Amino acid sequence: MKSLYSILVIITGLLLIYAMSAALMPEFHLGPLTFQGAPTEQTMGSVQRIFYYHVPSAWTAFLLFFINLGASVYYLIKRCQTADILALVTAEVGVVFCTIVLVTGPIWARPVWGIWWTWDMRLTSTLVLWLIYVSYLFLRKFSTSGQTPVLAASLAILGALCVPFVYFSIWFFRTQHPQPVMGGGGSIDPRMLHVLLVNWLAFSCFAFLVCWSRFRLEKLQRELDAAHAMRSLMDEPAHPRSAR
Amino acid sequence: MTDIAPVITVSNLIKQFGRFAALRGVTAEFAPSRFYAILGDNGAGKTTLLRTLAGLNHPSSGQVTILGSNKFRNICREVGYMAHPALLYDEMSGIENLGYFARLYGIADGKRGADVIRAVGLDPELTRPVGQYSQGMRQRMSLARALLNDPRILLLDEPFSNVDLHSARDMVRLLAGLRDQGKTIFAVTHQASLLEGAADEFIWMEAGKIVARTAEFTEMPKESAR
Amino acid sequence: MSGTLGTSSPPLQTPRPEAAAEVPPSAASAPSGITRATLLKDLRLEWRSKDAINSMLFFSLLVVVVFSFSFDPSAEESRQIAGGLVWVAFLFAAVVALNQTWARELRNQVLDAYRVSPAPANSLFLAKVIGNFIFVAVLETLMTPLFIIFYRLRAIGPAWQLLLVAALGTWALVVNGTFFAAMSIRTRSREIMLPLLLFPISIPAILAMVQATAAILTGEYSARFWIVLLGTYDLVFTTGCLLLFETVLNAE
Repeated sequence: MKSLYSILVIITGLLLIYAMSAALMPEFHLGPLTFQGAPTEQTMGSVQRIFYYHVPSAWTAFLLFFINLGASVYYLIKRCQTADILALVTAEVGVVFCTIVLVTGPIWARPVWGIWWTWDMRLTSTLVLWLIYVSYLFLRKFSTSGQTPVLAASLAILGALCVPFVYFSIWFFRTQHPQPVMGGGGSIDPRMLHVLLVNWLAFSCFAFLVCWSRFRLEKLQRELDAAHAMRSLMDEPAHPRSAR
Repeated sequence: MTDIAPVITVSNLIKQFGRFAALRGVTAEFAPSRFYAILGDNGAGKTTLLRTLAGLNHPSSGQVTILGSNKFRNICREVGYMAHPALLYDEMSGIENLGYFARLYGIADGKRGADVIRAVGLDPELTRPVGQYSQGMRQRMSLARALLNDPRILLLDEPFSNVDLHSARDMVRLLAGLRDQGKTIFAVTHQASLLEGAADEFIWMEAGKIVARTAEFTEMPKESAR
Repeated sequence: MSGTLGTSSPPLQTPRPEAAAEVPPSAASAPSGITRATLLKDLRLEWRSKDAINSMLFFSLLVVVVFSFSFDPSAEESRQIAGGLVWVAFLFAAVVALNQTWARELRNQVLDAYRVSPAPANSLFLAKVIGNFIFVAVLETLMTPLFIIFYRLRAIGPAWQLLLVAALGTWALVVNGTFFAAMSIRTRSREIMLPLLLFPISIPAILAMVQATAAILTGEYSARFWIVLLGTYDLVFTTGCLLLFETVLNAE
């Protein structure tokens, strides 16, 4: 396992270097090799390059939340600890990627359109998604129940049910109140698409690594708690607080 | 006597709240038509055990079998539960409360509520809201609620807590009578002396385990260092 | 009042209400019977504690007045933003009402008695949702004329659709609100957890309510899409909540 993890770290590192270079430069060299990166956009110039962080982050977050839904449903059916930890981990990392989208959005919008925030479809939908999954994390944090995973899984399912409504409602709202669309509509230059996809792959690998580490951490924490629970009362007199 | 099928079987019950284990492997069998008193210090796991039997708590691991079934839902009609809070609506009178809970059990008999209220020694005509009762009356009304569906098993969590001695003695007499009629009764209590003579068996719990089962009430059997 | 208790108490010798064998459920035990009984009990208790009703009524008046001081637009502007204003006011009032949903049940752990009984959890849920719906609808009915007067509102589009939007929108808030109120029972900071969980998931519904109301008031475009969206939202979330409520209620 450890060796597999190390291999993945190296692969992800290489992918990220390639993807970021491709995003930032129209042409770059890695050692003796020359690669084609993303061309400079006509109207917006170099600022547009943030697009290659903004969009793949959104796709990665979406992927993670999809896995969260699967893990939550599986947990409710099978009550399997692993599924619960997976749900927790994907929610946390998903929120981080959502935050990246919400931060890169204004950074892009400000120089291009002069405003910090546009109620663009992707940005708005990501905001709502971010709110839903942050509330999920709050529930996990504030729950006093012994069955927190059950509550969290229920919330995750309702949140996931909400997602189509979020996209539909904002889409229709946009058609009635049009605003600048970030990332441009219509067709996309194939070189740009290539860089976009490469970045998505790199981000997904990175997300996978972070999730894996967090997963291991959480699993160990829970095993520690269980061991503690079984041992704690053996060495000391009975707890003074009432049994609940 | 092991030839009588046990009414409740608990095997290796573990209940963990984070880093605290309330139950650390409870294994026991309980015979029908007996009055069990569950005793122990605070934190021993008595309430957790009772709530697990009542289907209110999900064990972290282990099994509970009641009347042959692993799922509480199947046998919930045979169980009556009572706790220190009254499990009644303060704003309604006793008979109104029981009328509502009777609907939950699908009891069509309109007189049942009045009957059980009389059986616990209270007046069904009383229109005072339960919130204005004395503690003794509240616990008796709560017991009446637990008896509505004529359950085979009664699970009582500190039923005599803060109850005046007279009411408490009456309740113990009533419970002993119910045991004689064939019901199995579990009472978690700190006032074990009340149950002397009425209870068939005293179950001592400590640190999440059953440490002793005695037929008579004596001081805590194990002299553990405090 | 203590009477003497005899060990032979004839009342308890009465035949047990139902044998363990399959018995067709009587009307009293059918889930709809339990829903109706619970709903009537809640309405009766609400009516008895007149303080709660009076304070909520006064509260709804206060909300309208505060909003009127905060947003003082011309008649033309008011139609544009009235949709948002009115629904934010309703949302505010709804949260206050929703936080009270389980208050009585929690006071004496009555939920334990419910969970131990054979009554299905969904009957309880439906009764609470309908009860909340009635309560919030009453508040809305009181606040609406005040809004119309203070903002000189007039519907240019089909006014009957407003009733439909109000009904669907209120149901959306109340069904999710009752569900999350039950969830927040198992959390610290109960009163803040309810809106914290409710608002993000309600955003599409709130957008629909506000846009539909604006559409009808201004008459500039059709509210049909939003009404259909609200209806679908209500259907999906009522189903979801019904499927998940029992699990959440028993998640101790």
